[in-house]
Amino acid sequence: MESSSSTPQLLWFFAIAACVKLLLIPAYYSTDFEVHRHWLALTHSLPLSNWYADETSPWTLDYPPFFACFERFLSIFAHYIDPQIVDLHNGLNYRANSAIYFLRISVILSDLWLLYGVYRLTKNADVKRRYLIWVLIVWSPALVIVDHLHFQYNGFLLGWLLLSISFLQEGKDLMGGFLFAVLLCFKHLFAVAAPVYFVYLLRHYCWKGLVRGFSRLSVLGAVVVAVFAAAYGPFLYHGQIQQVFNRMFPFGRGLCHAYWAPNFWVFYIILDKVFSFFLKKFGFSIQIPAASFTGGLVGDSSPFAVLPKISPSTTLIMVLLALSPCFIKAWTNPQPRMVARWIAYAYTCGFLFGWHVHEKASLHFVIPLAIVAVQSLEDAKHYFMLSIVSCYSLFPLLYEAQEYPIKVLLLLLHSILMWLGFSTKFTRASAPNTTVTAKKKGAQSKSIESSSPAAEKGGFTIGWVGKSYLLGLLLVEIWGQFLHPYLLGDKFPFVPLMLISTYCAFGIMYSWIWQLRCIISTA
Amino acid sequence: MGKKKEKKKINEKVDVEAVEIEDDTWWWLTHKGIGATFLCISVFALLVRVAVSLHPYSGAGSPPKFGDYEAQRHWMEITLNLPVLEWYRNSTSNDLSYWGLDYPPLTAYQSYFHGLFLRFFDPDSVSLFTSRGYETYVGKLLMRWTVLSSDTLIFFPAIFYFAFVYHSSCHSSRKNDCAWHIAMLLLNPCLILIDHGHFQYNCISLGLTVAAIAAILSQRELLASCLFTLALSHKQMSVYYAPAFFSHLLGKCLRRKNPIHGVAKLGLTVLGTFTVVWWPYLHSTDALLGVLSRLAPFERGIYEDYVANFWCTSSVIIKWKRLFSVHSLKFISLTATVLTCLPSMVQQVMAPSSRGFLYGLLNSSFAFYLFSFQVHEKSILLPLLPASLLALEERRPFKWLMFYGLFSMFPLLCRDKLVLPYFALHALFMLLYLAPCGHGARPRNARPNNTKFDYFDSFKTFMNGFIYLSSLILHIVYLTMHPPEKFPYLFEAIIMLICFYQFAVFAFYTNVKQWSLLDHSTTDEEKKLI
Repeated sequence: MESSSSTPQLLWFFAIAACVKLLLIPAYYSTDFEVHRHWLALTHSLPLSNWYADETSPWTLDYPPFFACFERFLSIFAHYIDPQIVDLHNGLNYRANSAIYFLRISVILSDLWLLYGVYRLTKNADVKRRYLIWVLIVWSPALVIVDHLHFQYNGFLLGWLLLSISFLQEGKDLMGGFLFAVLLCFKHLFAVAAPVYFVYLLRHYCWKGLVRGFSRLSVLGAVVVAVFAAAYGPFLYHGQIQQVFNRMFPFGRGLCHAYWAPNFWVFYIILDKVFSFFLKKFGFSIQIPAASFTGGLVGDSSPFAVLPKISPSTTLIMVLLALSPCFIKAWTNPQPRMVARWIAYAYTCGFLFGWHVHEKASLHFVIPLAIVAVQSLEDAKHYFMLSIVSCYSLFPLLYEAQEYPIKVLLLLLHSILMWLGFSTKFTRASAPNTTVTAKKKGAQSKSIESSSPAAEKGGFTIGWVGKSYLLGLLLVEIWGQFLHPYLLGDKFPFVPLMLISTYCAFGIMYSWIWQLRCIISTA
Repeated sequence: MGKKKEKKKINEKVDVEAVEIEDDTWWWLTHKGIGATFLCISVFALLVRVAVSLHPYSGAGSPPKFGDYEAQRHWMEITLNLPVLEWYRNSTSNDLSYWGLDYPPLTAYQSYFHGLFLRFFDPDSVSLFTSRGYETYVGKLLMRWTVLSSDTLIFFPAIFYFAFVYHSSCHSSRKNDCAWHIAMLLLNPCLILIDHGHFQYNCISLGLTVAAIAAILSQRELLASCLFTLALSHKQMSVYYAPAFFSHLLGKCLRRKNPIHGVAKLGLTVLGTFTVVWWPYLHSTDALLGVLSRLAPFERGIYEDYVANFWCTSSVIIKWKRLFSVHSLKFISLTATVLTCLPSMVQQVMAPSSRGFLYGLLNSSFAFYLFSFQVHEKSILLPLLPASLLALEERRPFKWLMFYGLFSMFPLLCRDKLVLPYFALHALFMLLYLAPCGHGARPRNARPNNTKFDYFDSFKTFMNGFIYLSSLILHIVYLTMHPPEKFPYLFEAIIMLICFYQFAVFAFYTNVKQWSLLDHSTTDEEKKLI
């Protein structure tokens, strides 16, 4: 009953966001726009066997096959709108309005899949919780910045993840596993959560006695293999599979992206710089590597002066180590209601310790965490901080003056909405029993009186640590935008960006520790 | 301290709210009081404005005359580089035929200050002569930011003042309604499109007017007359509201013990404000007349383009421009305007009331829009403002008016290449209007269950629906089809006809409504006395 009546309201939320996104069509877009346009052209004009072999543009296809198929699907419509969009050679760097409108609108429409994921997740939640989740996900500023300004299809991909989580939460493990496998064939970066899925599904779905368990395991395995076969089978048939993997896992990329994602390695680099600085002062001869981090691209040589070189396998081990408490919990006590937390935690670990992490990857855990953010006051407080920090860390993506007010207003609006939503939820909801029982008008005033001191105690407030951290965020922004160019001019142009990533790294580290504590402490 | 007080208030109100919560979607938005609600909505409104400002402005990349954007930039250039007395005077350094300044001095001062801002960041954009047709990324950005800042500093606070006064005076209004009303006021698509898309500074004069209206509602008449005088000195179009202000204040003064004293005080305030604003031009009659002649461009004819007012619409049948001289047309249009204003003025003089005042503003601005000399499509903003102030009382008519107001500007916005923001803002407005559990979504429940089948009523809804549908189709036709060569402006003319019909019906309806207040207000007062 309730779920059917909530659909138009959810669509209303989506439509409001869509209007703003439509208005943002002429705004700045990154090179990712040309990447996706080129993929449209590539999948449209070449046979399947050449998709991963083509080198017409430097933006070669490096997403898994399902995403390529998605681009192929879009290219059908693009061809009708304007054939030049999907022209492999004449379409290069094509920036006519038709191309911009088509691609932008395709992102807006593909968000409908995210909407479906949100709908499935919240259809059984109570009304107040539901609205808050909608506000957090459907009006997420980070998604607007990354998808609708910077240009990507994260909303669509996160839709698959949310759908998968919604099935897992309902106990439909097979469907959840299937959807996750599909997601992996859309974007392999989501594979960070695969170990968690594996442990959870093995324990919760398959661990049911020898015969039943084995049959379930084989069913699950068959489903996953079928999905991967559907994705990679054609390329195997064409003998392209090696080429596909070469493209999907490019070697020679550095530990950090040109702009450092706010993760653990920021501290590592800074520690290295500090050590080399002091050792130099004390008279040791230190070779400063030519490929410095601030320069951008990193080659094969070790970029560190003092500390040991980090290899991809080191980062993999660190991620798995960080995930191990989660494995133990998922094995000893597999609960569907904890799934969202575990998955979000896995992506947090991947973000913090992973190899060549992009700042955009913070979406992978911020969006799923929105589901649990409304569950308790502590969750809300944590999410408030995390969401602001992760959104702020995306600011350097939009570096042009025209988009400056947009990103600031987006973050501001999001913070105000969160503050209003959480503070209402957790002054009211602190006495849920009383309001339910007090349906009689006479009893109402009494129950509210009794609940008000509890409400004051459990209200949504940010402690002084949190407040000063957020204030620091403001100072970092003011320094980077105004004081630095004013005081230092063009000197040290990398400092503002470094400050942002370092400062945000503290916030993400805090979130990681908080999530870890939360996972360990739940019975 | 303030927080504690608020909490107490909230606790008191909880009783009432608890009943409403069940169907209340927006409880979380409104529970912190009007301030927080306003903050949230205004940040969203600002975001929408910034997003619209990404789009092209009027006359972008179309030399030699460009458009309103170039006019405003040119005024900054002139005011910044020439002495005050030269601003309105034709000279070798100030060619009035190229976007000469034709707004009152407050606009000129505003241009001067914005010019200072522009010169600080981009001196080339306002240098004398060489900056004509200056169009750069930074230049556009800076210009857009001047509008955004004027909007935030004048229009938004004025709306807050109004919302605060209006919603604290009527206790019955739900918090939801207040939030809905603020959203309707701040996300007026016409105003956003003209100011942040087409490029103008209507937010300043309209903001000053709203502040003046709020001051009248809170019984601060001197402040109100001062603010309205400022609005008049910013854009002469504010004169559309003057009859309402005049009649309401006169009506109020007449009910005092000492009417002459009251009128004198108000008159002195108005004169004082005018003197301050116009001071540089008051030294010689020549200078003053020079400025005044710039403000009234009678040589441009009784109407321009295809504006949905009486003169332009009836010119399909009666060729006014051929039949009468400019001088007699001036007289005719003035008479017509005054005659249509008169009923609402008389009502306000007889029984001044806050509600009546708002209706009076609507009626007098409509009278000017429909019958005055030299009306522009953009002038529909003026009647729309009081209509949006009355949105809570006139829900459906308000939506209706907004729809046709937008529609009447559609050809203009198409020329400015603002089709996308037009549709996006239109949709956004309708969505906000129909917000779940909001005010717009409720009228069906409010209507009494009428089992009788009313032929007239169903005919009316059929007609309205038919016109609504055909105007939707006209949007598509206008965008996709070419008019026949014989009538190149056929579509514009049809749009004008439809909109004029709607506006005329609306103006008639609100006049009747204002007069019907007369019965209610007297009975209300009688009730109070009893």
